[in-house]
Amino acid sequence: MRITCPLCGERDRREFYYKGAAVALDRPEPDAGGDAWQDHVFLRDNPAGETRDLWYHADGCGSWIVVTRDTVSHAVLETRLAGEAGA
Amino acid sequence: MRFSGLRVLTEGLTGNRGWTAHWRDPEPKPAYDIVIIGGGGHGLATAYYLAREHGLRNIAVLEKGYLGGGNVGRNTTIVRANYGLPGNSEFYSHSLTLWEGLEQELNFNVMHSQRGVINLFHSDGQRDAYARRGNAMVNQGDDAILLDRDGVRRLAPYLDFDNGRFPVYGGLYHPRGGTARHDAVAWSYARGADQRGVDLIQNCEVTGIDIQNGKVTGVQTSRGAIRAGKVGIVVAGRSSQVAAMAGMRLPIESHVLQAFVTEGLKPVIDTVVTFGMGHFYISQSDKGGLVFGGDIDMYASYAARGNLPAVEHVMEAGMALMPMIGKARVLRSWGGIMDMSPDGSPVIDRTGIEGLYLNCGWCYGGFKAVPGSGHCFAHLLATGRPHAAAAQFRLDRFRTGAGIMDEEGTGAQHNLH
Repeated sequence: MRITCPLCGERDRREFYYKGAAVALDRPEPDAGGDAWQDHVFLRDNPAGETRDLWYHADGCGSWIVVTRDTVSHAVLETRLAGEAGA
Repeated sequence: MRFSGLRVLTEGLTGNRGWTAHWRDPEPKPAYDIVIIGGGGHGLATAYYLAREHGLRNIAVLEKGYLGGGNVGRNTTIVRANYGLPGNSEFYSHSLTLWEGLEQELNFNVMHSQRGVINLFHSDGQRDAYARRGNAMVNQGDDAILLDRDGVRRLAPYLDFDNGRFPVYGGLYHPRGGTARHDAVAWSYARGADQRGVDLIQNCEVTGIDIQNGKVTGVQTSRGAIRAGKVGIVVAGRSSQVAAMAGMRLPIESHVLQAFVTEGLKPVIDTVVTFGMGHFYISQSDKGGLVFGGDIDMYASYAARGNLPAVEHVMEAGMALMPMIGKARVLRSWGGIMDMSPDGSPVIDRTGIEGLYLNCGWCYGGFKAVPGSGHCFAHLLATGRPHAAAAQFRLDRFRTGAGIMDEEGTGAQHNLH
């Protein structure tokens, strides 16, 4: 699997750290309550198909990247800097 | 049909013409008392124990493919009870006890071989951690022996004891651990369940779960609607999809785990060995292939194949631990889909929907759990109360924060196990 960093171009998957589903970008308010926080921290849609997840270009430019990806085929469909993707 | 030495001999002398099918292939009935979704090891074991322990008969197991065609036939076949935390500890101990009586009980040779498991350590700190784990195992009533270098050398002389980076300091030895023939485990439970009247229905994919007024009433399938008093979801690898049919989101992220097997070799590794400084574990099958694996690929995936970085890590770790395997040729590799939970431990629990029960989150440790999981899930389905050995496998532990079982001590987050 190769991931295209918006700044560095196409790179090997080894350069990236996988954080998880891009729900990390939609952080609830501190007082949103237990259900909202459980949703955010633990519960996942976990789709078999297109998903959005968050990767960190650890061995590259240090960008956080939102990767739109197919979990069945491993195809990378789109990559955007997390800051531009609406963080 | 019962297996016996005499029967095998007689059949062998008469052309093996007397063997019959091990289970029926019934049409689904319109209604059952209990429907189990998932005909893998855990689902089949659940059905078997529902019939055997609780005397229930009107049960169906629905399998979208063929029985045992999923992870129960794709794993590295290791059976052990070497967990350290309350919750996991009593459960895997319970499961191992069931393993030890399995072949006689089911009249089936599952080739359960208690050849021992050695977890190697490579530093003083790791020795302390394994000493602690060993004490937890002994306190649970299981067996654990802390071996020094010479002790490990007597059991596994082929290791690279003086490796420049990762010298072997010793190992935690679990003699009752070992391996079993994975397919036979699924088949034996299927046969046992079928003999007790359970309908095993293959090529029957569940497409919907019917819920009325907060109570489950049945399932929709590719072979028509089936009414049910109770429904158990036992589909690790696809738990999120099936739970979504009941409107639930689970604390599960699916990951791919790869495994490898070499060409058949003469007997060389007669225990299970795990490396302490990289993700690598190995045993030798009775057919002679070295069966080994490592860590998950570490990104959400439903592909039954992984990527090369994980392959490279496994091969490097293997070469660091036992350079002799560099001469063996890898025959094939494959991937299976793991239900990864945030703390690395499973769920056997009720749901917020009456009559709907959930068994999921086995991460990369589901095979050894098959008897215990089936036994405890059957108890929950039949009585409505959790079995004592699985009482900690609660679905709400992430919501409440109470009873998190993070065996690795890395934190209860999705990307850390």
